[in-house]
Amino acid sequence: MNTRGLRSQLKDSVPVTGMGPQVGAYGVQDTLRSGFSSVKNELLPSHVLELSEKNFQLNQDKMNFSTLRNIQGLHAPLKLQMEYRAARQIQRLPFLQSSHLALDTLKGNDESISFEDILNDPAQSEMMGEPHIMVEYKLGMM
Amino acid sequence: MALSNVLQIPTSGFNFENVARNVALESLLEGGHTKTPKPMKTGTTIAGLVCKEGVVLGADTRATSGEVVADKMCAKIHYISPNIYCCGAGTAADTEKTTDLLSSNLTIFSMNSGRNPRVVMAVNILQDMLFRYQGQIGASLILGGVDCNGNHLYTVGPYGSIDNVPYLAMGSGDLAALGILEDRFKPNMEMEEAKELVRDAIHSGIMSDLGSGNNIDICVITKQGVDYIRAYQESEYKDKRQKRYRYGPGTTSILTEKIVPLDLEVVQETVQRMDTA
Repeated sequence: MNTRGLRSQLKDSVPVTGMGPQVGAYGVQDTLRSGFSSVKNELLPSHVLELSEKNFQLNQDKMNFSTLRNIQGLHAPLKLQMEYRAARQIQRLPFLQSSHLALDTLKGNDESISFEDILNDPAQSEMMGEPHIMVEYKLGMM
Repeated sequence: MALSNVLQIPTSGFNFENVARNVALESLLEGGHTKTPKPMKTGTTIAGLVCKEGVVLGADTRATSGEVVADKMCAKIHYISPNIYCCGAGTAADTEKTTDLLSSNLTIFSMNSGRNPRVVMAVNILQDMLFRYQGQIGASLILGGVDCNGNHLYTVGPYGSIDNVPYLAMGSGDLAALGILEDRFKPNMEMEEAKELVRDAIHSGIMSDLGSGNNIDICVITKQGVDYIRAYQESEYKDKRQKRYRYGPGTTSILTEKIVPLDLEVVQETVQRMDTA
């Protein structure tokens, strides 16, 4: 559940990402993979919710950690983030389905259902990525 | 087939890939002679009030899609939990899905904790969800229920606003219904009187608003249980059409009957074994 009435804590929300042109190697638009670039398409998010939904989970976490820090001291969010980081490492290779069981339990997602569980289930996605390319992307080699 | 431009597994949840295409399509279609289909709205009258023994909720049963009546027996009172029911106005799909999600979340909670959920929990979950989506989910809901703290009636607007009130009407026919409620509402009414008042309020909404019509559903929630009366009052203008146009056997009489047997002889027979391992 999200914390309420503490928007004053949200001083610096997560900056806008993914809205700029997709840069590949050499800092130029990667035409082979993402197609021709068009300034109009990339400058404006086309839907009201696109930006806020992209960063929703991150903003929520930031707000919660900030509140927790004010209430219980610095150790509380530090310990939680350490646990999240450890739990996030338990997954399969990028092109395979991981259940994220530990991470879900820590975050409390196993006790609630929202649109993330119903819509656009990655297990039923119609597109499959090339395994080598996905691993290279994850390791930062591309 | 593996695509080489997919770098990450797509995230679950809402997908905004087609928004630009849809905007372009709409501008193309509006100029021409075709129109995009309108979502089914419930253009409704819903009302609720708190009485001495519990909460009474009422709704009409018409669902419209533009200027056409899409459903004459739509069920607008949704089940949330054994002690909480919710009337929904707005886009029909949004109200259904939102109340379904809410009901699932509260069921998980009550399985975890072993208690019946409280009405404030339902209201808070709804408020969080609707505010998160900034009013794009067009659902105005009236939540009513009985829990350990008493009888409650809440309204939740599509942008996430809530209000706790003793009597309430929402939907396109809410002004007419609210007039009746304002006139005759008294605190701590008796059950029968409360049901009649809600019925009258919905009836005035049906008479004064094009988007509401057909039958009236009433749902009475008390500490002992729930009474969901699916058609408390049927409309006087119910059409007498039969719903099925199938003719029963014997409608046309058989005059003559002639049977011609076909003589077939077996020419070739092949057997193929099925591998049932």
